[in-house]
Parts: sequence; C-alpha cells; structure tokens
Amino acid sequence: MATIEEIAEGVLAGDKRSVAKAITITENGGSEAHRLIALIYPHTGKAHILGITGPGGAGKSTLVEKIVREYRRRGKSVGVVAVDPTSPFSGGAFLGDRIRMQELSTDEGVFIRSMATRNYAGGIAKATKDAVKILDASRKDVVLVETVGAGQSEVEIVRVAQTIVVVHAPGLGDEIQAIKAGLMEIADIFVVNKADRENADKTAMDIQAVLQLDDKERGWKPPILKTIALTGEGVGELVSKIEEHETFLRSLEKNERAFLMAETELVEAIKEKVAASIVFGLKKRERFQELLKMIIDRKIDPFSAADELLRKMGVE
Amino acid sequence: MQSTKKIRVLIAKPGLDSHDRGAKVVARALRDAGMEVIYTGLRQTPEQIVETALQEDVDIIGLSILSGAHKTLFPRIMELLKKQGLTDVMVFAGGIIPEEDVQEIKKLGIREVFGPGTTTEEIIRYVVENVAKKT
Repeated sequence: MATIEEIAEGVLAGDKRSVAKAITITENGGSEAHRLIALIYPHTGKAHILGITGPGGAGKSTLVEKIVREYRRRGKSVGVVAVDPTSPFSGGAFLGDRIRMQELSTDEGVFIRSMATRNYAGGIAKATKDAVKILDASRKDVVLVETVGAGQSEVEIVRVAQTIVVVHAPGLGDEIQAIKAGLMEIADIFVVNKADRENADKTAMDIQAVLQLDDKERGWKPPILKTIALTGEGVGELVSKIEEHETFLRSLEKNERAFLMAETELVEAIKEKVAASIVFGLKKRERFQELLKMIIDRKIDPFSAADELLRKMGVE
Repeated sequence: MQSTKKIRVLIAKPGLDSHDRGAKVVARALRDAGMEVIYTGLRQTPEQIVETALQEDVDIIGLSILSGAHKTLFPRIMELLKKQGLTDVMVFAGGIIPEEDVQEIKKLGIREVFGPGTTTEEIIRYVVENVAKKT
C-alpha cells in the first residue's frame, strides 16, 4: 500500500496509477484527501481548466472527444473528468461517458476519469475540483470537465472551470426555456451542436436574442459557434476560441473568477472542518437527542436548537 | 471524518460481440445495488480494457463475451493487467463460455465465470463479498 506521500510524488511525476489512486482518495474524502491535496497544491495552477456543460442530448460527450483530439493535434496533453449522476435511491451510478471517448483511452497524452456526483448538487461531484487539481499537478496542459446533463441550476462548474462552454442543440425543447438564467450567465462560449439539423440557425438566433438582453459591461463577449460533433466540423474554430479566452483571462488585472473559486474553496474547507469536528462532538451529547424529539414535537425549531447547542459550546 | 467509499466496477466487452444486452443488465443491476459502474461499450481491445481499469481505479472487472474468442482475449487481458501492476484488481467473466473452458480460464486468474441463467443477485453478492475481502 503506497503512502499518501508516495502517491503525491507519483502524481507530480505523471504516473497514471498514482493519479488514479489519488483521485479515488479525494473522492472518498477525509483527512487523507486533505493531506494529499496539501502536497500537490503548490504544483497546480498551470493547466487551462475547461468546463463543458449543457442539456442532456446536446452531444457533449461526442464533442468532448473531438475537442480532445484537436488539442492532441496541437500537441497538448489533456485530462478529462466526465461526471454522471448518482442515483438518489440506490447510491450507485452508471458511468457511460467513456463510451464515446474510448478510442482515446490508449493515447498516452490523455487521462480520462469517470466520476459520479455522489449526490452533490450543481452538476459536478464534490471531488471534481480535487480531480482537476490532481490532473493539473500531473502536468496535463488542459483539464476538461464534462458536467452531467445540465438544465438551469447546474452551474457549480463556474467554481471549477476558467472557460465554460455551454453546448446546446436544435430540437431539445423550447429554445429560450432551455437556456435560462444560470447557464446563460456562466457561458464564455456558446455552441450550437448538430448544426446540420433544421433550426440550428434559429437556435443560434434565440441565444443571441437572450444575450442582447444582458447589457452588462463585459470584457469578453461570448461568441456563438456552430459544430457538428459527429464529423468534427467547427471543432477547430471552437478550440481556437477557447485558447483566445485563455489569453484574455491572463490579460486581466484581477481575475474575478479566480477570486470566486478561491473563496468557494476556502469557505467549503472551513465548513467541512467545522462540520466534522463540531457536529461530531455535539451529536454525542444527550441534549442532541432530546432536542431531536422536541423538533419532531414542534416544541423548538431547528435553528433555535442549533443556537442552544452552540451557545453551550461557547460559539455565538 | 466521513468517508464515502463506493465499489467501482468495470463492465467490459472484449472482442467483436454485436450486442450488449446482457452486459447492460448486469451493469444496471450493480448500479441499483449501490455501485459505480463504468461501462465502456462494444468492441473493446484488451489494451483499452486494461487502460480503463487503471485510470478508473476499479476494484473489480467483469468481462462479458459472447463470440467465443475468450481463449484468445482473456489471456491477453490478464497478461496486460499483470504488466501494468494491476494484480490486485479482481476479474470475473460471463456470457457464452462453455463449461469445458472454465477451468482453463480460472487458471489464468479469472476468479469466477457466470454462465447464462446466473441471477443478478448472485453477481451482486459475489462482487460485494469479494471486494469486502480485499479491504
């Protein structure tokens, strides 16, 4: 059994087995995961992190495969994290995103990992950003995260990726409805895939119309590109646009999103540690069980109960 | 500190089978039993299967084969697993595999062969018990 230190060393050297084991450790959580991330963190921040999201059926996986091929053609190494939902009933997951990317499995410059959300909300898994860090530290030039089929509220990807590509396709339902608030706001690049279908132009126009309603001053105007993922048409232009966005981000004096990402991570880390130690301790007290009965009997509400427990600990 | 370990299974179809109904039934059953199942589709080469097992850090591999090519493909897969240092990954097989070949297959290191008529419950129990023994 390799130690955490050995696995971290293996990650930094680009050893695939270490990378795989490291991702598993972060998926399982706990102090081992924290130690591992602490060891590799100084070596992250070099890869370009790309998020591919959009409704199910738009062709994300097929497009991802073509994007990876294009990057490989340009001499870049790629890590892919493909996320699928965990069943809320069984706790299990069918991870089938790899099916469309399997030919890339034996490419030494590509590492693909399937992840289940494990009931984390927002379209990705809790450990997705850890997997991204590991792939970054293992010297991949680009790390690509494919989210679950996203509707309107699966926008956690904005806290993980630097460039977000929202993929849509004609005929997936009422065009405007399908690209509501959340996804519209986080997109850096819009893609209308299956552009050979009828109404591809209308879909692009619908997106444009909604974009025009947004009069915020932005340094970057999200372009709308057309692709046919099955044939690879339009993918070259897409990757060039992604690289343009990367350059744009590096030119910014203050990268707002980088601050957002760092804040999210720090707050989440604090919450996790607080929850683990404090909650664990409080649950052991007799008063905790008493309060549970009172909550059920409507004699006290959960927030007041929490206040009481925390006050007793000296936390305001 | 909370730990949420899940059993990760790779269901793979080596060779040129033209359909994967059986493999998908097993994959779905294992998912319904709470496992994370990586399914990679039809026409997998031994190299693709072993690479996938490596990258996905699976606990166990289920090989599904109907074409009769198991005598050629299984030794190659077991050899590659050894070469990649994945000897702690368990392997079981299923599909259309004649009784008389089972002994030979087990000698390669494949622990169990589930023929037609095996219930999904049996397979689930097998995976759960054997992965538990590992840890």
